Amino acid sequence: MSKKSEEYLINRRDNQYEVVIGLEVHAQVLSVSKLFSTSATKFGAEPNTQVSLVDAAFPGMLPVINEFCVKQAIKTGIGLNAKINKRSVFDRKNYFYADLPQGYQISQFKDPIVGEGKVIIDLPDGHKEVGIERLHLEQDAGKSIHDLDPQNTFVDLNRSGVALMEIVSKPDLRSPDEVSIYIKKLRSIMRYLGTCDGNMQEGSLRADVNVSVRKKGSKEFGTRCEIKNVNSIKFMQMAIEYEANRQVDLIEEGKTIDQETRLFDTKKNETRSMRSKEDAHDYRYFPDPDLLPLEVSGEFINKLKSEIPELPDDKKKRFINEFKLSAYEATILVSDIEIAKYFEEVVAKMGKNKDMKLAVNWITGELFAVLNSKNLEITQSPVSAKNLAILVNLIKNGTISGKIAKTVFELMLKNDEDPQKIVEEKGLKQQSDPKALEELIDKIINNNREKAIEYKQGKEKLFGFFVGQAMKASGGKANPQLINEILKKKL
Amino acid sequence: MTEITKQSLTELVESIKNKKLSSSEVTKAFIERSEKSKVLNAFITEDFTSALDKAKKFDQKPNLDLKLPGIPMAVKDLFCTKNVKTTAGSKILNNFVPTYESTVTENIWSEGAILLGKLNCDEFAMGSSNETSFFGNVQNPIDKNLVPGGSSGGSASAVAGQLTPITIGTDTGGSIRQPASFTGTVGLKPTYGSCSRYGIVAFASSLDQAGPMAQNVKDCALLQEVISSFDVKDSTSIDFKRNHYSKDLTNNIKGKKIGIPKEYRVDGMPKEIEDLWQKGIEYVRDCGAEIINISLPHTSYALPTYYIVAPAEASSNLARYDGVKYGYRANGENLIDMYEKTRSEGFGAEVQRRIMIGTYVLSSGYYDAYYLKAQKVRRLIKNDFDEAYKKVDAILTPSTPSSAFKIGEKTNDPVSMYLNDIFTVPVNLAGLPGISIPAGHDAKGYPLGLQIIGKAFDEQNILNIAFAMEEKINFKNKITDWWIK
Repeated sequence: MSKKSEEYLINRRDNQYEVVIGLEVHAQVLSVSKLFSTSATKFGAEPNTQVSLVDAAFPGMLPVINEFCVKQAIKTGIGLNAKINKRSVFDRKNYFYADLPQGYQISQFKDPIVGEGKVIIDLPDGHKEVGIERLHLEQDAGKSIHDLDPQNTFVDLNRSGVALMEIVSKPDLRSPDEVSIYIKKLRSIMRYLGTCDGNMQEGSLRADVNVSVRKKGSKEFGTRCEIKNVNSIKFMQMAIEYEANRQVDLIEEGKTIDQETRLFDTKKNETRSMRSKEDAHDYRYFPDPDLLPLEVSGEFINKLKSEIPELPDDKKKRFINEFKLSAYEATILVSDIEIAKYFEEVVAKMGKNKDMKLAVNWITGELFAVLNSKNLEITQSPVSAKNLAILVNLIKNGTISGKIAKTVFELMLKNDEDPQKIVEEKGLKQQSDPKALEELIDKIINNNREKAIEYKQGKEKLFGFFVGQAMKASGGKANPQLINEILKKKL
Repeated sequence: MTEITKQSLTELVESIKNKKLSSSEVTKAFIERSEKSKVLNAFITEDFTSALDKAKKFDQKPNLDLKLPGIPMAVKDLFCTKNVKTTAGSKILNNFVPTYESTVTENIWSEGAILLGKLNCDEFAMGSSNETSFFGNVQNPIDKNLVPGGSSGGSASAVAGQLTPITIGTDTGGSIRQPASFTGTVGLKPTYGSCSRYGIVAFASSLDQAGPMAQNVKDCALLQEVISSFDVKDSTSIDFKRNHYSKDLTNNIKGKKIGIPKEYRVDGMPKEIEDLWQKGIEYVRDCGAEIINISLPHTSYALPTYYIVAPAEASSNLARYDGVKYGYRANGENLIDMYEKTRSEGFGAEVQRRIMIGTYVLSSGYYDAYYLKAQKVRRLIKNDFDEAYKKVDAILTPSTPSSAFKIGEKTNDPVSMYLNDIFTVPVNLAGLPGISIPAGHDAKGYPLGLQIIGKAFDEQNILNIAFAMEEKINFKNKITDWWIK
C-alpha cells in the first residue's frame, strides 16, 4: 500500500545516511481542571493564581485523580488505534527543581494507560504507518522565570499539576517533513477528539525529539540523542536537520556519538549538549503510594468508544467515496476538524443539485486565501458556510459567472451578506438571453468592421478582443460561454 | 467528685452532658495541670488562651448532642491544624502555619472538642523514643529520664500524665501502640484506609494511619468512632460500614478464636514479656475465648521489609521540604546549594539517615533487589495473616519486646532502636488494625502492653477483646506525679 516518498538522505563523499526519528509528544489534556486537583488550567492567567494546596505540595496534601482527564487519555488512545490498558499505575518520578513543588512528578512508568497503536500519515505520494509505543498521563511542572530579575528566579505554579499526555512514537520517522506531517496528524486527531487543543504557541503541544543516523541500508540503529522540549514544528525540523548533520559529521570524522540529552538553541540554530548519559538523572521511579492503581472496566472503555466522532482517516474515505473528491482534496479538507465541519455544512446547504468540485475549489482557493491573508481560523471565516453554498449554487445554475462570483465574494466579506441579495441589488445577474446577446454582438462587429475582416483573414488572436468588447458592453454580466458561441457563429 | 483531670473521657463527656461540669472548668483543669507539667515537654505548641475562649463559647451555647461536647484535647503535631503552627517535630517546619485542617482533626472539632495544643513527636514520626524531635525529649510520666516511646511520644506522655483526656497519634510502624505500651495507656492503630490521611504530614503513605490514644478502651472506641470516616480527598480512604464503636462495645467475647503466633516468641525476649503474654492468654481464656496456636512464617522478614518500604516512601514524601515554598530556608549560592544547606540544617540525623536509605533502595540498579523484593515480601506477610484469619478472629501478641528504656540508652544504636517495632511493624505492612492495652508491669514497675491484631475493618472485634481483657487485668498505672513540684 504505502509508497516511498522521495528519500531524505544526508550525503557525504561516498556515503549516504538515513535519519531515524522518534518523538515523545507532550500534549496538554483539554480539561478545565488539573490532573490531581481542582485548580483551573486556563492559559495566560496571572502567575500563581491557579494553584491549590495540592499543586503547591503543602504538607499532608494528597492527589485525587480527575476522571475527566482519564477519559480524555482513553479517547486519545482510541483515536490512535491503540490498546487501552484496563489497569495502569501512577509512579513518582523523583527529582529536585524549584518549579517541581512535590519533589516528584506523578507520571506513569511501567504500566501506562494506553499501549501500542498507530497513526497513518499522508505523504505526497502515498501514506505511511507510524507506530505508537505508548501514551501515559502525567503532571506538568510549574514554570521557572529567570529573566525578570538578575539575582532571583521566579516560579509560576499555574501549570503545576496540569494533565499531560505523553505520546511516544516508535522510531518510524525518516525526515523532517515526515515529522511535520506526523505532528499535524496527531494534532488533527486530538482536535477531532477534543482531547487537546494542539496550540503550540501556548505550549499545549511540544515534543522531545530522538534523532539517530545510520548508513543507508543498515538495519541497526545508531546512537541516539534526545533533543528536549521543542515547541514548534519549524524548530523540530531545524533541530533534526542540524542534529542529523552533526551526527553524520562525527561518524565521517571517525568519532563516536555520545548518547545524551541536547537542547535546541533557536537563535543559533544548533543543538547543544545538556547532559550526558552518565549525568542522567536517576529518577527513582516507584508506584505512588498516595494513589491506587487506576482500573477501568471494558464497559467504561466501550462507552467512550461510542462517543468517538468520525476521525480524519474515516472522514477522508467517506469524502472520497461519497463526494467523489480526490485524495488530495479530501486530505486538505479533513486535516482540521473545523475545516471539515465547514465543508460539510457547505455541502449540506448546497442542496440536491450541487457541484462538489466547485465548492472544494472555492473553499481551498478563494476562502483559504482570504483566511491566510487575514490570519483567521476557519471558525472566524467572514463568509458563512451557508452563504458560500449559495454562491456556489449561483455559479452552478448560471445565475452569475465565475468572474462575477469573485466580485460578489469580495462584497460578501464585509458583513457575510447573502450573495443572492448582492446579485440582485447590484444587478450582477448573468445575461444569458441569446437574442439580447446577438444584438449586442452584432453592434460590436458593426463598430469594428476592419478587425472582423482581419480575423477572417486568419488573425485568430482578435477573437479575444471581441470577447472582451462583448463582456465590457454587458458590464461583465454576459454569459461568457454564450458569447463565445455567438461570436464563433457570427464572425 | 474526682479530680477533673483524673476522669476518663467517657466520664468527662457524661459530666458535661449532665451539666455537672462546664467545658471551661474541664479545659481550665487540663491547662493548669499542663502548666505544671512543662518538664514533661509533651507540648510543642500550646493553644491555651484560644482553648479557654472556645470553651467559654461552648458553655454559652452548649450543644450536648455532640460526641465530644466541649472536651479539650491536644493532638500530635503531625496533624495540620488551621492557623495553629504544625511542625511534625522538625526544624524544617518550625515556622509553618497551615491554612487548612486535617480531616481527622476536623472530625474531632465538629463533634465539639477543643484544641489544647500540639504534642511533641519524633521528627516526621521517625523514631521510637521521641528523641529525634527538634523540640527535645519527652519525659515519660512513669519515671524520670524514661522515654515515652515514639513517635507519638508527646501524645502518650500527655494522656498518661493527664494533660489531655484523650489524644490522637499516627502509627506507621508502631508509633501509637509502642508509646501506649511504654506509658500504660491504650492505643489503636486502625485498618489502613479507615482514617483519612488528608492533612497529616506524610511519613510513609502506604503505612501511615491516624488513631486514638486513651486511658481506657471505651474512650478509645469513642474517639475511633469520631475520627474514622470515608474521605474523597484521600484516594486510599475506604468506604466501608463503620460501627458505632463505643455503643457497640461489649465484653462478651465468648467463643472468639484467638491466635497465638509462634514466630513472635523471638530470641532474647525478656522473660517478663513472655510471662505477660502467658497471662494475657489466661485472661482471654477466662473470658471464654478459644486459644489457637498459629504460624505467621514471614514475621522475621517484617522489620527489614519495613525499613526498606518506609524510608523509600519517606525519601520521596520529604522531597517537598526544599526551602522553596514554605518552612525553613537556608541561604545558598545557587539553587542546589540552597537545597543542600536547607535540608542539611533543617532535617535531623535520623530523618537524614532514612532519606538516604530510601534514596538508595529506590536507585536504579538497586530497586529490584530492595524495593521490589520488599514489596513482594510485604505481600507474603499479608498472606500469612490472611491464612491465619481463616482459623482465628484475632491475634494476641506482646506490644513491644521490652518496657520503656532510658533516655539516651539507644540513641547511638539505630538497629536496637528499630527492633522495638518488631511486633508492631507486621500489622502496618498488612494494613490491619491493632490495639495495645496495658497488661502488667515489669520488675521496675514500668508498664507492659499486649497487642491484639484484628482482621481488616474489624476494629469492633479487637476493641471488644481489649475491653473484656481490660476488665480482667484491672491495670493501674503507677504514676507518682514526680514532675509536679
